[in-house]
Amino acid sequence: MTYSAWIILTASLVGLSCGLIGVFLILRKMAMMADAISHTVLLGIVLAYIITRETSGVYMVIGGIFAGLLTAYLVQWLHSLEVQHDASMGIVFTTLFAIGVILIATSTGNAHLDVQHALMGEITFIPFNTVTIPGIGEMPKATFLLLIIFSVVSLFLLLFYKEWKITSFDPALAASLGIPVAFFHYLFMSLVSVTTVAAFDAVGAIMVVAMLITPPASAYLWTDRLSIMLLLSGTFGVLSAVLGYALAVWIDTSISGSMAFATGLIFIASFLFAPKHGLIAKYVRPTSN
Amino acid sequence: MQDYVIEVENLSASYRKTPVIEQIAFKVKPGTLTGIIGPNGAGKSTLIKTMLQLHPSLTGEVTFFGKHYKSVKKRIGYVPQRGSVDWDFPTTALDVVLMGLYGKIGLMKWPRKEHKRRAYEALEKMGMATYASRQISQLSGGQQQRVFLARALAQDADIYFMDEPLAGVDAATERAIMKILKELKEQRKTVMIVHHDLQTVAEYFDWVLLINRTVIAHGPTDKAFTKENIIKTYGGNLKWIKEVERRVVHSVQ
Repeated sequence: MTYSAWIILTASLVGLSCGLIGVFLILRKMAMMADAISHTVLLGIVLAYIITRETSGVYMVIGGIFAGLLTAYLVQWLHSLEVQHDASMGIVFTTLFAIGVILIATSTGNAHLDVQHALMGEITFIPFNTVTIPGIGEMPKATFLLLIIFSVVSLFLLLFYKEWKITSFDPALAASLGIPVAFFHYLFMSLVSVTTVAAFDAVGAIMVVAMLITPPASAYLWTDRLSIMLLLSGTFGVLSAVLGYALAVWIDTSISGSMAFATGLIFIASFLFAPKHGLIAKYVRPTSN
Repeated sequence: MQDYVIEVENLSASYRKTPVIEQIAFKVKPGTLTGIIGPNGAGKSTLIKTMLQLHPSLTGEVTFFGKHYKSVKKRIGYVPQRGSVDWDFPTTALDVVLMGLYGKIGLMKWPRKEHKRRAYEALEKMGMATYASRQISQLSGGQQQRVFLARALAQDADIYFMDEPLAGVDAATERAIMKILKELKEQRKTVMIVHHDLQTVAEYFDWVLLINRTVIAHGPTDKAFTKENIIKTYGGNLKWIKEVERRVVHSVQ
């Protein structure tokens, strides 16, 4: 495959995984949790590096899950101590991110880790760092990791589809039916974390947030069905990746920046033209509600 | 045959260190329809949530059929306040009713035709069959409440807890809901309902539980729902109670 094809494929996998998981972030009203976790996974990755002295995928994912769960748990804990929910999120994620930044500066030396990389990613270099997969051949490491994460995320979403639905819509009913709501909350946070870690290395924290929130928010304007919302959100994620790459090549600029920008463009288009809840549709059908 | 299906002893709970309910105790007989009555902030919703372990209790014990809640969960149905969920959630009326069956369907399994049929029948019973595939945000308040009731019916529980099912619904829905509640009672099911409208208490419920942080009175409506007890529950201001009676739109708690 060509250099461009690998980049587009990698970014599309980010868009697809983030688009799917992001739907439930939006429906659980936890969009800002994406922002928090996308920053705190840095700490997890750095810790994993300090312990193992390797930047391999497996350790990074484990570190990321740890950091994600730690974030979710600390936010919940501060909130239970009567700190406002949004405030506790702000406190926890900036603090953990800062610890990550300090550790990078002091303990990782000249490793392949820096703050610039963490925020913007290095998608341009992804095709050069490859791994040989038996039976498939050579492919970029980041792409391989994303492929695995995408499979895991889809599997969990499918297996517990109705549990995600009920714990998002009516957690009180779910609890009264004996569905372990807290378990699913932390399982979900783990899925967000692994998606973020995998995407993080490729495209950086900023684009992860864009891909987690904007495509599902756009999809929400097009449909009233959860299954269709998931399909659309994933599609918008892929579309943003392709559109963003074209844009970056055209005006010769940052690839992940353009892709994040493309999610915004798709949102604006949806906001205006979506037939269900778009702005224009509302004017055309003023009587419906 | 047991004398009581619900027994609550010395139940207390708090929100952020402020006690909301204190030393609540009462027993409920099977086949009764109990109205839980009290002013705003009296702890009506908290009482239900604490009984169902959705809110932590500080002290006390609650048993259903003489057993702990955990072992009889499936026989207990809960209808939360309509305002407790986001009605913009991308789902249909039938799907919401189907959720009532998730406990029976079991983890990791998908609903089958049989479950869908049961959910549809429950909607039919609430006069909502034609709205089965309607997106829930497109339903009126009364219709949304009917969907919630249908979901409870689909659960086919023996004890039901309902949090203000009659708040802010139209007259037709109120009649439909009361008809279903009477049917449940005839089937010897036990129902406890948080209720706001003092005017209809005597007509709707055969038992009342008057609470204001703690139990003020509990008993058959004709004995316990007296002017004296109402005044005690609402803080002694009769004029204010009259105001409550006249209120058409209920405040959302």
